[in-house]
Amino acid sequence: MTQSIPSGRGHHMLGFVARHAIGIAMAIMFLAPIVFLLLTSFMTSDQTLTANMWPQSWHPENYVEAFRKTPLLRFIGNTFLYAILATGFMLLASVPAAYALAKLRWRGRNATMVLIICMMMLPPQVTTVPLYMMWANTGLTGTLWPLILPMLAGDAFSIFLLRQFLVTIPDEYLDAARIDGCGEWRTLLRVILPMARPGIAAAAMFQFFYAWNDYYGPFLYTSENQDAWTISLGLASFRSLHHVEWHLVSAATLLTMVPVIVLFFFAQKAFVQGVTLTGVKG
Amino acid sequence: MPTAASQGGAGRVRRSLVTLTFIGPALIGILIFLVYPLVAAVYFSFTRFDMFNPPVWVGLDFWEYVLFDDPTVRIAAKNTLVFVLLMVPARTVGALLTAMLLNAMKRSRSIYRTLYYLPALAPPVTATIAFVLLLKPGTGPVNTLLAQFGLEGPGWFNDPDWAKASLTLLALWGVGDLMIIFVAALLDVPQALYEAASLDGAGRWHRFRYVTLPTISPVLLFATITGVIGTFNYFTQAAVAGSVASGQVTSGSGIAGTFGYPENSTLTYPMRLYSIGFGNNLFGAANVMAVILFVVSMTATIILLRRFKTFSGGDS
Repeated sequence: MTQSIPSGRGHHMLGFVARHAIGIAMAIMFLAPIVFLLLTSFMTSDQTLTANMWPQSWHPENYVEAFRKTPLLRFIGNTFLYAILATGFMLLASVPAAYALAKLRWRGRNATMVLIICMMMLPPQVTTVPLYMMWANTGLTGTLWPLILPMLAGDAFSIFLLRQFLVTIPDEYLDAARIDGCGEWRTLLRVILPMARPGIAAAAMFQFFYAWNDYYGPFLYTSENQDAWTISLGLASFRSLHHVEWHLVSAATLLTMVPVIVLFFFAQKAFVQGVTLTGVKG
Repeated sequence: MPTAASQGGAGRVRRSLVTLTFIGPALIGILIFLVYPLVAAVYFSFTRFDMFNPPVWVGLDFWEYVLFDDPTVRIAAKNTLVFVLLMVPARTVGALLTAMLLNAMKRSRSIYRTLYYLPALAPPVTATIAFVLLLKPGTGPVNTLLAQFGLEGPGWFNDPDWAKASLTLLALWGVGDLMIIFVAALLDVPQALYEAASLDGAGRWHRFRYVTLPTISPVLLFATITGVIGTFNYFTQAAVAGSVASGQVTSGSGIAGTFGYPENSTLTYPMRLYSIGFGNNLFGAANVMAVILFVVSMTATIILLRRFKTFSGGDS
């Protein structure tokens, strides 16, 4: 390490302190909303209407109350069903498609790639009305199936992400497998899948998060049928299910973050790598 | 490496069939979920229909209605444009500054990175509710804190002049995903370039201006374009903030009743697209808005495709 500017120890120390002062101040700003939600979730209903930020008495039973007073459990169940099925279906179709786009040569490959990118960039509202009509004809509106079933054809963003990952695997591995007489499917299953595990993990996590966080999709298809609501839709309507009870809203809201954070800490590395892969180098 | 170029016709057909088993489902998906709805949207934009009866051709009626006669469409389009101008620069600059701060850290980098990234993991509905609570005009903690310094806080989500700024703060809070992309981009800037610049006597600002910025400009462009497209379909946070801040009892699709609260200041283009169709039953008009949204967002996508080889599908 060459030090470009001659600076004494004091100068060094000053920079260190300044960096961390800014760093900690920013950490506080990033965390404050979550901490405040946490504090509110332990308050009494009356205290949430005052300016007092610290709970005068602690009420962990608010979390039980949130489940008792609303169909929260049902919302959470629906959301897990949506997220898990969508992720599973997405992987079944997207991994082979990404492999074909990354490693097989065929006519129309570049055109297909362009279409996939268009699909990925397309605002969902563009196709909302025709797709809603299509699903209304099948009688599946009012359920989450219109959001789950399309994943059997893969998901544009996931195909793109996986393709970006698969092109980084050297062709030598594939050639070796082919020389050993492996067909393309065997090559994919035996050689590529084990090597692509971090990429697949990232794609699966993104899909799970997307479904877990999705509001527009469930709003469009299930808003008239409360039995099919996801947690996002339920939370946005929490006030009407349970008027101005901010302590319960806060408790339920925090609960929605739990699965996401648990998943993130288990697979942080794959996740960060995935985010970076989408960031594309020129 | 073309290995099977000289194979016979039967071999080629077999290979094509194998390829089809890989890509077939995705191709069917493109047809059903991209091509069909796009063609249908264009057709429906020239018709009057209500989902139950067959569409009736009305020519350009709804095009005229959307472009000239519906005042709410204009408000929504303007709001979306303002959101693009507020959120995209705020998030890009915010992410770049945070990433630069992180890269200046040494051993503690990863803990800070996790802390800054955490809000990006919060589901949008969760984050929105937290912000409405945080910025409650009367008793919210932010205004309480401002009052301690003798300042009177604004009405935030309840004031038409502040609602957009409040949503921008919310967008800035979740800047972590973009930050991670910039952290990686900054680490890719060759150290030798900085050293050469230092030898030439370049100071901090000059090194940033003439080394860092040009090297990471592709990533900046990528972030800007995807940010613009993302803001074109900005829906969830605006819908939820309007509903929760209004204090009105809404549930399910009834939330459309509070779209834009306060005073249409948070009504975005896709929200109007939804309400003009599912609320006013003018599905022809909704499809006109869809076709316009398609043209605008595809223009941005084409710029992205042209600029980035990675996107063209060729071998990097």
